[in-house]
Amino acid sequence: MTRPEVQSLSIGTVLFALAACLPFLSDAYLLSIGVTIAMYTVLATSWALFSGPTHYISLATAAFFGLGAYTTALGIEHLPYWLLLPIAGVLGAVLAALVGLATLRLSGVYFVIFTLGLAELVRQIITWGQNMSGTKGLYVLTAITEEHIYWQLTALAALVFLTGWLIARSRLGFAVRILGDDEEVARHVGIHTARVKVLLFMVPGAVAAITGAMLAPRYVYIEPAIAFTPMLSFQVVIMALLGGTGRLWGPIVGVIPFTFLWEAISGTFPNQTTLLLGLAFLAIVYLLPNGFTGLLEAARSRLKGAPA
Amino acid sequence: MTPVLSLRGATKRFGGLVAVDDLDFDVAEHDVVGLIGPNGSGKSTTLNLISGALQPTAGSIALNGSEIAGLPAQDIARRGIARTFQLVRPLASMTVLENVKAGAVFGHRRRWGRDAEAQAMRMLEKVGLSRRAQAPMGSLTYIDSKRVELARTLAGEPKVLLLDEWLAGLNPTELEQGIALIRSLRDEGRTIIIVEHVMDAIRSLCGRCVVMSSGAKIAEGTTEAVLSDPEVIRAYLGTDDA
Repeated sequence: MTRPEVQSLSIGTVLFALAACLPFLSDAYLLSIGVTIAMYTVLATSWALFSGPTHYISLATAAFFGLGAYTTALGIEHLPYWLLLPIAGVLGAVLAALVGLATLRLSGVYFVIFTLGLAELVRQIITWGQNMSGTKGLYVLTAITEEHIYWQLTALAALVFLTGWLIARSRLGFAVRILGDDEEVARHVGIHTARVKVLLFMVPGAVAAITGAMLAPRYVYIEPAIAFTPMLSFQVVIMALLGGTGRLWGPIVGVIPFTFLWEAISGTFPNQTTLLLGLAFLAIVYLLPNGFTGLLEAARSRLKGAPA
Repeated sequence: MTPVLSLRGATKRFGGLVAVDDLDFDVAEHDVVGLIGPNGSGKSTTLNLISGALQPTAGSIALNGSEIAGLPAQDIARRGIARTFQLVRPLASMTVLENVKAGAVFGHRRRWGRDAEAQAMRMLEKVGLSRRAQAPMGSLTYIDSKRVELARTLAGEPKVLLLDEWLAGLNPTELEQGIALIRSLRDEGRTIIIVEHVMDAIRSLCGRCVVMSSGAKIAEGTTEAVLSDPEVIRAYLGTDDA
């Protein structure tokens, strides 16, 4: 490993250790915000691992998240909780692979529509299943506290960052950068583009499913409308783009301010949250095409260029 | 001796239009073959069929005796056919070195890490750009980005190189440098197919030529013989009484 790599690894480790100390402040409100931030950090960072370099905008987060939440809800009576998380991850990865095989050969627009429809499809299937069996929702009663959920999510976030860092150093990471620049060139230098896209799409699929499985105990009562809310998919996209997908740590720069803003708005004007989503989207398109991190990098290169 | 590349009855139809019509030709090892003909005669389409950018409607294309017609482009690249594009296609977000490394990492002969970097560096030296290795791709001139693309195709050590109008759009000085560069590749014993409009380049580089007109082969042979063939001249210039 080179020195900057060791440096960024150590900085990352220290930051995660600090983040893990939040529950010791024993402030319930802070902790609850912490869980939200940790959740969106995990979702947005893993989303950007795939959608950043490929430019395929995935709106499937809610589908994977709901799948994971239902894995916990249905399995908690029969299996130990710790076993449910990897099961959710595998299910998420398999669903992502199926969706990827079906759609990733198509151009971006079809992919966006398909992923949006996917969450709705899975939701309708579960609703139908519940109607057939006569149950409406599911109770998830566990001894898992908010602190436990926070720590699990922080650990998952660390895992996502590590995965992203490893991918960036691998042939897969190099292949996806080439593919993002020019798919035609990627094919002609010998990259199996469909396989690269499917493999990479499995990462956010698995991660979002595990996140859903971890958060199910927090909801206590699970029904399709909660687990598969399309709002989740849109929020993840907006936070990731707001932060910027060019860097591994980019999405988190969007997640933190957006979560606080969202909390403030939904506290005082609960009906105007959709408006915030729309405004944030306009801001990204018109003012921040590369997110906050793009802004920072531009400023830094201007500073560097000035004395020369 | 079996030819490195051989086309038999290669055909490409776009609806009613026959872009490549029942084309046969062979390319032997160390051969530099010119694929020439008037505009719209199907040269670039032929190259696209060989590289897998397009799938042939009928016919066979064999590399070292094994069939590659209809394979996806990435498989053909892996088996050892590399190409440049008619309109240069740089990887804009990367450095010059990374552009070439792409060919070294995923091409016919695959490398990784320092090995790939060293190979990319060697190729940049070959095309005369080693000093710009760390430059962003966007800062290069047109001919230099063409050189990078050539280095990228060379980096995977392909068995056959396809150059699609690589010399187009260069000014006279650059053209001279470009021809010298391709000549150096020929002298290394590489197998190359060149689609080109610059006749001086064809004359000085290609031992043999295949001439196409309206999708079909109208002549084949040594460059000198082919270029003095009355039918070839007619295809380029039209008939006297036209």
